[in-house]
Amino acid sequence: MVSPMNQNRFILHEKEYNEFQSVLKKLLIDSYAKVVFLVDKNGSLLSSAGETEDFDTTSLASLAAGNIAATGGLASLIGEKEFSILFHEGQRDNMHISLVDNRLILVVVFDGRSSIGLVRLRVRRAGEELGRILKAVDETAEREEEGGVIEELTEADIESLFK
Amino acid sequence: MSFINYSSREINCKIVYYGPGLCGKTTNLQYIFRRMNPGDRGKMISLATETERTLFFDFLPVSMGEIRGFKTRFHLYTVPGQVFYDASRRLILRGVDGVVFCADSQITRMDSNLESFDNLRINLREQGYDPDRIPLVLQYNKRDVNSLASVSELHALLNYRNVPEFEAVASTGVGVFETLKGIIKLVLIDLKKGGR
Repeated sequence: MVSPMNQNRFILHEKEYNEFQSVLKKLLIDSYAKVVFLVDKNGSLLSSAGETEDFDTTSLASLAAGNIAATGGLASLIGEKEFSILFHEGQRDNMHISLVDNRLILVVVFDGRSSIGLVRLRVRRAGEELGRILKAVDETAEREEEGGVIEELTEADIESLFK
Repeated sequence: MSFINYSSREINCKIVYYGPGLCGKTTNLQYIFRRMNPGDRGKMISLATETERTLFFDFLPVSMGEIRGFKTRFHLYTVPGQVFYDASRRLILRGVDGVVFCADSQITRMDSNLESFDNLRINLREQGYDPDRIPLVLQYNKRDVNSLASVSELHALLNYRNVPEFEAVASTGVGVFETLKGIIKLVLIDLKKGGR
């Protein structure tokens, strides 16, 4: 549940998108990461920074969300609320996946130029900032309950997709 | 839950193909993958067992064109149909905007269809959805096999909401895009109405 007003949609405006983007860029530099992604828990990519051209970002977002969902399922089976951090160690690259306010997923891909300790430290700070922006997204959604592109859609618009 | 990004001018929605084991959910996605212009769809991901049974989900992102300057993207997922993968099915329904229930038309599979349909309703409720209101279409698949149940039998068994229903042979593509278009329309209409 993202917005108390519109529970079936998550609307991201330019302003908050840019704020997400600048947090990710700072995290990328501060953690010496290769690439960072911000994904919602349903698997949609919100924002990314770094060498993203080497990655299939849509698939990555979907699998990261699946990974968090499966791990959350495991957590509840042993009586934990969640496992908020996942770490995958590869031969060359590593992946740090963490939850932001139990709603967004922050993915950091890094190699030997960085370390898990540094990434964890920087992710914690970035997570707090992302949480603040997320709150602003909610507040905007509450103010602007109606009047967006979706409300203006007509049946003719929808039909036009299939011509 | 749909995601509307004003910065990249995109509308993203999630559609889940649900149904009993071996009813053809993955086959639907494979056909869509094969037939769509590569520029309009992403890679298809299948998390499957060695015997190609879906273990967690299949995923295929597709683009359907623009509405009012917004690109529309639909994330298609399948669930594992086998009964014992229920925990995984529940997870995949999270954030869903519309469901395609894929029924197996073979007369011997009617119990499995019903069991899976009941399971869908239970799992939707567990995820906070009203199973009587969520956008839903039915696909009666495998219309090319012997010992078929009639459409009216399938309708009587499953379609108490009187939602759009499509006959299909997913392996050859019959009805696959009609089903997809059917659910996309319902999802966008529901999105416009706002809130469930």
